Amino acid sequence: MSRELLVVQRARKSFQTGKTKPLEYRIHQLKNLLRFLSERRSDIADAVKRDLGKSAHGTELFETLGLEGEINLAIEKLAEWAAPRPVEKSLLTIFDEVYIQPEPLGVMLIIGTWNYPWAITLQPLVGAIAAGNAAVIKPSEVSSHSAKVMEELLPQYLDKDLYPVVTGGVPETQELLKQRFDHIFYTGSSTVGKLVMAAAAPHLTPVTLELGGKSPCYIDKNCDIRVACRRITWGKFVNCGQTCIAPDFILCEPSIQSQVVEEIKKCIKEFYTDNPETFEDYGRIINQRHFKRLMALMEGSTVAVGGNSDESQCYIAPTVLKDVTEESEVMKEEIFGPLLPIITVSGVDEAIQFINEREKPLVIYIFSHDNKLIKKVIAETSSGALLANDCLVHYTVSALPFGGVGNSGMGCYHGRHSFDQLSHLRSCLIKQLKMEGVNSMRYPPHTAKKLGWARFLLKQVNMCRLRRMALEALLPFYVKHD
Amino acid sequence: MKSIFQLDKPAVSRLCLQFQRLFVVLKLSMERQAVQRAKEAFLSGRTRPLEFRLQQLHALQRMITEKEAEISTALKQDINRSQYDTPLLELIGIENEIKLALEKLAVWAAPRPVERNLLTISDEVYIQPEPLGLVLIIGAWNYPWAVTLQPLVGAIAAGNAAVVKPSELSEHSSLLLRALLPRYLDKDLYPVVTGGVSETQELLRLRFDHVFYTGSSTVGKLVMAAAARHLTPVTLELGGKSPCYIDKDCDIRIACRRITWGKFVNCGQTCIAPDFILCEPCIQGRVVECIRQTLLEFYGADPKCSPDYGRIINQHHFSRVMGLMEGYTPVVGGQSDASQRYIAPTVLKDVPPHSRLMQEEIFGPLLPIVTVSDMDDAIRFVNEREKPLALYIFCSDKKATKRMIEETSSGGVTVNDVMMHYTLSSLPFGGVGESGMGHYHGKHTFDQLSHQRACLVRSLRMENVNLARYPPQDRRRARRVQMALRSPMIDMSKRTFIWAVTATIIGLGLYL
Repeated sequence: MSRELLVVQRARKSFQTGKTKPLEYRIHQLKNLLRFLSERRSDIADAVKRDLGKSAHGTELFETLGLEGEINLAIEKLAEWAAPRPVEKSLLTIFDEVYIQPEPLGVMLIIGTWNYPWAITLQPLVGAIAAGNAAVIKPSEVSSHSAKVMEELLPQYLDKDLYPVVTGGVPETQELLKQRFDHIFYTGSSTVGKLVMAAAAPHLTPVTLELGGKSPCYIDKNCDIRVACRRITWGKFVNCGQTCIAPDFILCEPSIQSQVVEEIKKCIKEFYTDNPETFEDYGRIINQRHFKRLMALMEGSTVAVGGNSDESQCYIAPTVLKDVTEESEVMKEEIFGPLLPIITVSGVDEAIQFINEREKPLVIYIFSHDNKLIKKVIAETSSGALLANDCLVHYTVSALPFGGVGNSGMGCYHGRHSFDQLSHLRSCLIKQLKMEGVNSMRYPPHTAKKLGWARFLLKQVNMCRLRRMALEALLPFYVKHD
Repeated sequence: MKSIFQLDKPAVSRLCLQFQRLFVVLKLSMERQAVQRAKEAFLSGRTRPLEFRLQQLHALQRMITEKEAEISTALKQDINRSQYDTPLLELIGIENEIKLALEKLAVWAAPRPVERNLLTISDEVYIQPEPLGLVLIIGAWNYPWAVTLQPLVGAIAAGNAAVVKPSELSEHSSLLLRALLPRYLDKDLYPVVTGGVSETQELLRLRFDHVFYTGSSTVGKLVMAAAARHLTPVTLELGGKSPCYIDKDCDIRIACRRITWGKFVNCGQTCIAPDFILCEPCIQGRVVECIRQTLLEFYGADPKCSPDYGRIINQHHFSRVMGLMEGYTPVVGGQSDASQRYIAPTVLKDVPPHSRLMQEEIFGPLLPIVTVSDMDDAIRFVNEREKPLALYIFCSDKKATKRMIEETSSGGVTVNDVMMHYTLSSLPFGGVGESGMGHYHGKHTFDQLSHQRACLVRSLRMENVNLARYPPQDRRRARRVQMALRSPMIDMSKRTFIWAVTATIIGLGLYL
């Protein structure tokens, strides 16, 4: 029996005891998770520094801050999220209890990734715990220090049977994917996403796939280019470009290309100093393989800013490439690194066409003062999300569902969306064994008269409208009384 | 060259085979053509305006109203559906869905503003529902119109194109749909593709933006595997054995009337039919008697002669269902007539849990009774098996009922009746685990077949606010950002409103 099989069995057995059902238990686990993040802040920061060269402040800002927010939100709102949700009735069910009851699904599998090893692995866990599930956590082996810290320390805070951490590489993940889960939450590449879904199919396991793609960034020539470029520069080079929602490439008119290049150059200098290599807040590429991949992507394109690198450190300078075309290497795959190509287009129409010829991305960025233009891009394109005049920050609004569409993924999460995604929303109709006469219209032997009654009773009733009508009908009586 | 009449037998069969292959190739490429045309029609953008979608929905409504007689006839030929059961079980449901979509479409399709945090307090933050693109709807044969057209209503409302693949087992309905739909709806956007396994497999090789499948769990797995190749999301409305627990202290007569109706409607061929009964041994006899009496009332002494009693869809299923009964003597019914694919409404008692009857979804007019010692035993029984599409509980004790709901899981639950949760479009209809994934009906169909796109529209002003996030990072800046990001807890709508009203009242008071 494999280790993975045993872990899943233990998690399932533990789930079946019913101990995750009471909300108090879930809140207790969530509070422990919060304690973990604050007590082990330095261990986490240290691990991320070793994995990605990120500074402690960067880790706090981009990993733990968001997580703490999600946990606090879940703790505050759990009673509301988990409560029965009454829904509109029909005439036939007017005296019945009709509601949707959120329930745990069972045992989940969370497969994390390496670029934000804590945020991406633990945010789904927050939703899983809140929804009353057990969860097997599989952090990415590529961010190996974070994986190790998670494996060692998380069991000291969370129930180790319900929320086990399983580390390992491809064989361990494949072994896990052979087991049966009630939901699989995967973050990573589209290629592996297909394999995850294919592995889930024989068990009819629903999946949430947070994938990637090339997120385009269109800059309107009439906007405030200086501010636009500041925000784009920040969004692009955070975590050394290794962000699923980083602006992958820029689309703009030829007339503003040089201005865009200049502004980005200035911002890079302002954010990362003249020598980003020695600057604390500038990260590194995760490993040699990705370093080499990125260096190869640069081939054939003109470097306008940066371009230097140091293989021994997996360092690539913040780089801007100009006069890039569709055929360039750098446009053939998601960059996931600090290379920012600029492709020129004749205007927003050509930009829209360019975007629509490709797979639906995780996010589309558009920089413009013109609200009509923004609305046009929204109406004529499709993407996981759309953010106008900034980068990345839609991720922080927990009321917005975070996820992709088409090749960039399926399902969504954050805030209440995580809870709903990882619950089963069970339809409940509680009737009485009285008023059997009403049912006679559905029983055979059938007649036309019975059918007429059926039609009438099966109509949906707008309760608000009924109440208003009732109030309006009664109003004259109150007035008369005065 | 020889003429065809001069060819010998082997040569003729070779020629026939070649024609057959050519036909298959041409036919298969017809699926591709239909899909291609639908995609192009979608990309033309004509499904975007709500007026277009409303117009198509109106047309669909007209089709149902104008062609009710033809649809009834097709169903009679497919499954011996009674004239009244057709509107009752299929058409009223579709009509209600269309009416709801017509009434609510503007609301459903509008941007949905969401709660902001301090950082986004002056921004536009909303969810914009959008069409996915091209949806594949694979229907089933038991309610061929309802399970094929109800998803179509949602697909049209959400602005998608849709390839409709009705089940070949309900042949008359399938051919009628193929003839009718293009006469009412846009024939490029909503093509009907008929055929069997090979046509369905061909369709599943192609790329869709969503696949909506109703049918068995076995095929559901294949559909999901095919969809995985294209990262296509799926809605799978599958089946299972829906248990029906009767508490000994409830009104057994009424319980049995309702169960009898739900079980034998459409000759038991309903995904949410009560598959089997769980009850204590002391009431088993009474349950059998009540069902017997109800059957007499509904279908007369000889259900074969009742116009309201259906037939099994085909020989294969007839043999399958008959096979399930082997070795057991029914206490009610048991008669059959293979020439008519007729199986009498049948009840079997004291059925052992390991019997064949209890191993697969019956989908026929056999109602096994399995005895359990009490409700806890029943809960255990249900939980030992795959999560069903529906759970039925007949019980007057509210607390006990709530306990059974809490300690089990299923797609949906109806207490003190069967199947009725299906009729409420406000309830999401779907399974969990082996009984399916995703759900639909009413707004849920619209949402399921839309992409809920997160939109955040900021302004290029107030750049100072952003300073805290730019490198170089330091503790002070990080704290400022923390503050801005930590307030998703501010319920902007309610508290701000209360604050504003209070402030206004105070202000007015001071002024006056």
